[in-house]
Amino acid sequence: MQRYSGFGLLKHGLSHHENWQRAWRNPEPKSKYDVIIVGGGGHGLATAYYLAREHGITNVAVVEKGWLGGGNTARNTTIVRSNYLWGEAAWLYEHAMKLWEGLSQDLNYNVMFSQRGVMNLGHTLQDMRDIHRRVNANRLNGIDGEVLDVRQIQELVPIMDCSRSTRYPVLGASWQPRGGVARHDAVAWGFARGADARGVDLLQQTEVTGIRESGGRVLGVETTRGFIAADTVGVVAAGNSSVIAKMAGLRLPLESHPLQALVSEPLKPVLDTVVMSNHVHGYVSQSDKGDLVIGAGIDGYNGYGQRGSYPTIEHTLQAIVELFPMFSRVRMNRQWGGIVDTTPDACPIISATPVGGLFFNCGWGTGGFKATPGSGHVFAATLAAGKAHPLAAPFTIDRFISGKLIDEHGAAGVAH
Amino acid sequence: MLHIYCPHCEEYREEEEFRPKGEAHIARPKAPEETDDAAWGDYLFFRKNPRGVHHEQWLHAAGCRKFFNVTRHTVSYEILETYKVGQQPTARTTDKGGAK
Repeated sequence: MQRYSGFGLLKHGLSHHENWQRAWRNPEPKSKYDVIIVGGGGHGLATAYYLAREHGITNVAVVEKGWLGGGNTARNTTIVRSNYLWGEAAWLYEHAMKLWEGLSQDLNYNVMFSQRGVMNLGHTLQDMRDIHRRVNANRLNGIDGEVLDVRQIQELVPIMDCSRSTRYPVLGASWQPRGGVARHDAVAWGFARGADARGVDLLQQTEVTGIRESGGRVLGVETTRGFIAADTVGVVAAGNSSVIAKMAGLRLPLESHPLQALVSEPLKPVLDTVVMSNHVHGYVSQSDKGDLVIGAGIDGYNGYGQRGSYPTIEHTLQAIVELFPMFSRVRMNRQWGGIVDTTPDACPIISATPVGGLFFNCGWGTGGFKATPGSGHVFAATLAAGKAHPLAAPFTIDRFISGKLIDEHGAAGVAH
Repeated sequence: MLHIYCPHCEEYREEEEFRPKGEAHIARPKAPEETDDAAWGDYLFFRKNPRGVHHEQWLHAAGCRKFFNVTRHTVSYEILETYKVGQQPTARTTDKGGAK
């Protein structure tokens, strides 16, 4: 792998940047791999990367029906934070946060991780009680967090309407200074390049059409480029997880919904942090390019259409304009939807299945991007050992039978 | 914007008057105390989630406030039929995904 550096940039400048090595190969599938990862998004690529780097398992293929990082990895609002209420969730997301903090150096790829702080607004007394509870829980778990009053919010975000005359006045907020944003595409590309350099085959335009099994053990995957054998198959297919599960005769506690986002025309810098509000349901940050990145809620109905409904856009922008009156004349450039696989308790599933050698990492729902390195790290350990990594152990499918749910839905006070 | 025919009001109304309420035709186990954990968990949490034709419940929240069922395609979002609770759909599930 060609290392990226300031000196390299200077050197390649002398030859008009025409001799850069390709970031990854485009190999033909082998007939057999030790591990196949189904899904070439951030989580799948991170899994392949950590399998190679941490566990020395390099005979690995990532099978992707489209192009790398073209699903939810490219469609989210890039927010990273770890201020979850319950221990199990907080430890998992904090594990990811610690990996984020060294990720650019680790990958030798600038993922533009910017710890500009994440603010979750409270608009009712109950919001504020929940915020106090969550911040206290975070601090007990060693995660940074503060409760801000209105004056402190106004200092951090002068353009927000914090007056009492808004329909839902801002009463306070939780604040995680280590939270922030990252460049979503770069995350996928950085992991892809790192995995490829360690020998992982990235098979794009290769759609899984079936899971072959025998005697309760997985044998490999049927694809549009033929059968590929594997000892272990890890499915990281986000919104399409139920589709893959059905191929193996499994049923999952998932429902796929469209989640949409939109970006505005580029503006001069006006907002240097991430503002989220669960109560009025909108969240916004400003990218380095200057456009406002705005997130919306999911559409309530099931859908695989990768587009969102108009009423949801309208609802979100009403909230944004109420909070930021100066955005009322900003024009929106693009709008899109991604398909998120939601679980009943809003926590992921990182689990073995009744089929030997077949594992699922899914159910990240509306907030998977922030977990990308942590998800890959614990799933790689799970695949390598054949049993759950300690941080992944609470997230088995069995919790929906035992009832030991990790109920982050209302409690986290978050629109992801 | 979906236009949904409410079988109770007998007219087409806009999506915003309605609330989706998840998969239809899920029967509550008749004897909960005799149902084992796996079957109860399946009833509560596990869903078909098809990529294709899906039967789901909707509520006409800002209208007659009655529940009814919709057969809808989950990729094109085309609504194939709506029918009252207790009736059976005529369009069948032909999905590629989700377990039966």
